Amino acid sequence: MTDQARIRNFSIIAHIDHGKSTLADRLLERTGAVEARDMREQLLDSMDLERERGITIKAQTVRLPYKASDGHDYVLNLIDTPGHVDFSYEVSRSLAACEGALLLADAAQGVQAQTLANAYLAIEAGLEVIPAINKIDLPAADPERVAQEMVNILGGDTDSVLRLSAKTGQGVDELLEALVAHVPAPTGDPDAPLRALVFDSYFDAFRGVVCYIRVVDGRLGAGDAIRFMATGEVHDANEIGYLTPKAVPVGEIGPGEVAYLITGVKEIDRIKVGDTITLARNPANDPLPGYKEPKPMVFSGLFPTDGDDYEKLREALEKLRLNDASLSWEPETSKALGFGFRVGFLGLLHMEIVRERLEREYDLDLVATAPSVAYKVTLNDGSEITIKSPQDLPEPTERREVAEPYVKVMILAPSEFVGPIMELATSRRAVVGNMNYLGPERVEMDFEIPLAEIVFDFFDLLKSKTKGYASLDYEPIGYRASDLVKVDILLNGIPVDAFSAIVHRDKAYDYGTKMTGRLRNLIPRQLFDVPIQAAIGGRIISRETVKARRKDVTAKCYGGDISRKKKLLQRQKEGKKRMKMVGSVEVPQEAFVAALRVDDDEK
Amino acid sequence: MTSDEADALASSPAVYVHIPFCARVCPYCDFAVVAGRDDVAGRYVDAVVAEIRSAEPWRPVESVYFGGGTPSRLEPGHLARILDAIADRHGIADGSEISLEANPEDIDTQRAGDLIAAGFNRISFGVQSLDDRVLVSLGRRHTPPAALSAVRSARDAGFANVSADLIFGAPGETDESWQQSVSSALASEVDHVSCYALTVEKGTELHRRILAGAPAPDGDVQADRWETADRLLGEAGMARYEVSNWSRPGFECRYNLTVWAQGEYEAYGLGAHGFRDGVRTRNLRHLDTYLETVESGKRPLAGTETLSEWDAELDRLFVGLRRAVGVAHGPGTRAFLGDPDGVRLLEAGVVADTGDRLVVVNPLLTDWVDRVVLSLRGWEEPAGADIV
Ligand SMILES: Nc1nc2c(ncn2[C@@H]2O[C@H](COP(=O)(O)OP(=O)(O)OP(=O)(O)O)[C@@H](O)[C@H]2O)c(=O)[nH]1
Ligand code: SF4
Ligand SMILES: [Mg+2]
Repeated sequence: MTDQARIRNFSIIAHIDHGKSTLADRLLERTGAVEARDMREQLLDSMDLERERGITIKAQTVRLPYKASDGHDYVLNLIDTPGHVDFSYEVSRSLAACEGALLLADAAQGVQAQTLANAYLAIEAGLEVIPAINKIDLPAADPERVAQEMVNILGGDTDSVLRLSAKTGQGVDELLEALVAHVPAPTGDPDAPLRALVFDSYFDAFRGVVCYIRVVDGRLGAGDAIRFMATGEVHDANEIGYLTPKAVPVGEIGPGEVAYLITGVKEIDRIKVGDTITLARNPANDPLPGYKEPKPMVFSGLFPTDGDDYEKLREALEKLRLNDASLSWEPETSKALGFGFRVGFLGLLHMEIVRERLEREYDLDLVATAPSVAYKVTLNDGSEITIKSPQDLPEPTERREVAEPYVKVMILAPSEFVGPIMELATSRRAVVGNMNYLGPERVEMDFEIPLAEIVFDFFDLLKSKTKGYASLDYEPIGYRASDLVKVDILLNGIPVDAFSAIVHRDKAYDYGTKMTGRLRNLIPRQLFDVPIQAAIGGRIISRETVKARRKDVTAKCYGGDISRKKKLLQRQKEGKKRMKMVGSVEVPQEAFVAALRVDDDEK
Repeated sequence: MTSDEADALASSPAVYVHIPFCARVCPYCDFAVVAGRDDVAGRYVDAVVAEIRSAEPWRPVESVYFGGGTPSRLEPGHLARILDAIADRHGIADGSEISLEANPEDIDTQRAGDLIAAGFNRISFGVQSLDDRVLVSLGRRHTPPAALSAVRSARDAGFANVSADLIFGAPGETDESWQQSVSSALASEVDHVSCYALTVEKGTELHRRILAGAPAPDGDVQADRWETADRLLGEAGMARYEVSNWSRPGFECRYNLTVWAQGEYEAYGLGAHGFRDGVRTRNLRHLDTYLETVESGKRPLAGTETLSEWDAELDRLFVGLRRAVGVAHGPGTRAFLGDPDGVRLLEAGVVADTGDRLVVVNPLLTDWVDRVVLSLRGWEEPAGADIV
């Protein structure tokens, strides 16, 4: 058991790419937790995809020994968190296991939307926030300006903002001292009944479910019978230990400590992240405040190109869920695409990552439909249903009202871009809220906006309208009734459910013309004319035609051309494999998502 | 020409000779050609002759085709040496078709007479267009009158089988100028016409120009032009016997029909492709390497492809379906008619089943049909389909 006075628990939080994981590397090195020869960049990003994309997806925790200048030995429990907004719930639950938060800001980019959002999360959770400016080695670094921006959010004075470079290691010694000095030591009661928070879990093929826990009160010994207060499950604590980052078993842990716990449970669903663990023989009365479950925000249909792969897709989703509790799905049947699943995601990056993992790690070839949100529909009899797929929207005569999810969006940008941002937001049905200046040239803007208006291309547009300087964060604020209609797309006279969309009535016409226009360019010419129509109910609102292919023949095919021509035709044939037959029309897989991409002329 | 006559050519042995020399390289050309190398013409003829002499003996051939390049650039005496070598090695059957591709600029009555004396009885002119602007855009030097007078000279000298090649869909061409080209060619009383859609091949000057922003040929316009040609030529009594070839009855190119019927042909010269005993061969394509290889006594092969039985069946279809007579039913056509994509083509009227043959009704979609053919799976393929 470690003396609480010598424990410091903190998360590193920041905007995406501001250097959290790189700083974690330096801390691992400086404290000797990892020997130089075992070191590699962003060591805590262990998933292949994390390493490839250079981003953190899942929070990671590690215990560091540190001998401070006061002569005492300390234990620093560090949690590295993801910066992307899709994974912000990972940040919230990490914060619940800490007393302090190290808030990083890039010395060149300054405060960005997730810097602000994460700072607020830490303040709300009652944590001591330690501001630091990273990447001061960059030629474009402007630590003075960034320090002022941070002070504007957090208070204090600019001299107290640390300055460091996770790349060169400059300032890291001062940072370690500051953590010891400013992060409050935990103050749990060692003699109270055990209360430990499960703040994360993952599935290990050999050991089953591994929980990460933070002890708040009491003690936990290896072998103790424990009760999960929310689920009521009772298990033995088969093994507890520290992550250094290697797993090192220990006999007993006490208040303030962070550890892993293995109970022998194999099914990830039986353990809830956010649950409180107590001792079966001496239980606590009240659990710790838990977490809200992460809610999927966007939904997309995933269909195997080859219908025979349906079961394989289901198994792959189940395997992915072992380490990604936020993933949820239900079966979906599409007339155009066959059997598949409607899958819920935290956001677009999450969707992209899951799809990539399914295709790569499970060797699946998938068609993904355009992402949509979940609508609440009040039927004529007053009952309410939730629909996640446009094809499930009841007919206008059967429903009284449709409500859509709204989010509060926070955008941070240089003030020169206020005009274009306002324009973009209002074109997306946003209600403009507050505007705060964080510095003379930096402004925070708030909007209330339908989630459906931002899920697809909003961020791309925002980036291009602000030359890449704006950043964005959002949080759900509930449902609101809207005048929504379903626009159907008909190919060769037959409605293609996978192309249906729910849009605001005022935008239905635009949407219809845009979709038919894009599909005309995406669908290759066929043996016959293919009309593409957009319709609301039975009413056609726009129409395009893909003219029949007239000429598809090589002019010359003499003795010398045969082998070459054969190779050419075979290559062209390969290109046709990624086509899906929809009725009698061949549609390229990309069309299902690409049809909704932003046009260059919109940028 | 009946389907039986066309299919019978599958057993008519043929020879192809490639002559790579050209005055200059046309912007759209991607054949095995050289310009400015006339200095090695003599060496080249020696090499081709040597190649023929060391070939496996064969039975007398029934058609010989000199293609290029520009065979008419060689002296008739040079061409005669090659023909003699073929006659020595394999024999040339009586009544054989002996064809030569010619550039109109190279031919006057005297020259045409010399070619007949050398043994040629069919001449095919690269007329390309009878529109000045189009000729310029194609990078051709000759003028429309020169092309027509070359045709007349060949006739006057006694060529009984004269063909003209035309290209359509080039920049500068209009509906009218194309009609005019076809009509003028007909007026010159040729026996045979080939009409080719201008095709942009990778690596050509034309391709580079298009990448740099020049207009690319438009498939729909080319379809219109092809239909115009098919109509005008038909009205003049010519029948289309292949996607790009029309002739008066009895003047079909025997050599090409042999190739399309999956018949066998020996090939000599730079980059030449042959087919014998189920093996496709291809010669070296670089002139100096070709010359040095032959001169050192070796066969100038660049590669071979041995066809499995199923490959050969698919080749029979994909090449044979270019002919107006289509192909006789066999395992390949049965697989085609049992394939969903094949059925779709049948239902759309692109192909037809005449009972004993499969024919392409809309020749403009032949590649579409061929892609379906080449994706057909038949009996278990032996592992022997090696491509060297
Ligand atoms: N020049 C310089 N580059 C740095 C520094 N710290 C990090 N980087 C670089 O910034 C990029 C992002 O670093 P990460 O450590 O992956 O950032 P992160 O905050 O963990 O990113 P997410 O987990 O995706 O939110 C990498 O290319 C790092 O090499 C620094 O101090 N100086
Ligand atoms: S004349 Fe014929 S072979 Fe020679 S370069 Fe021109 S197109 Fe090619
Ligand atoms: Mg990271």
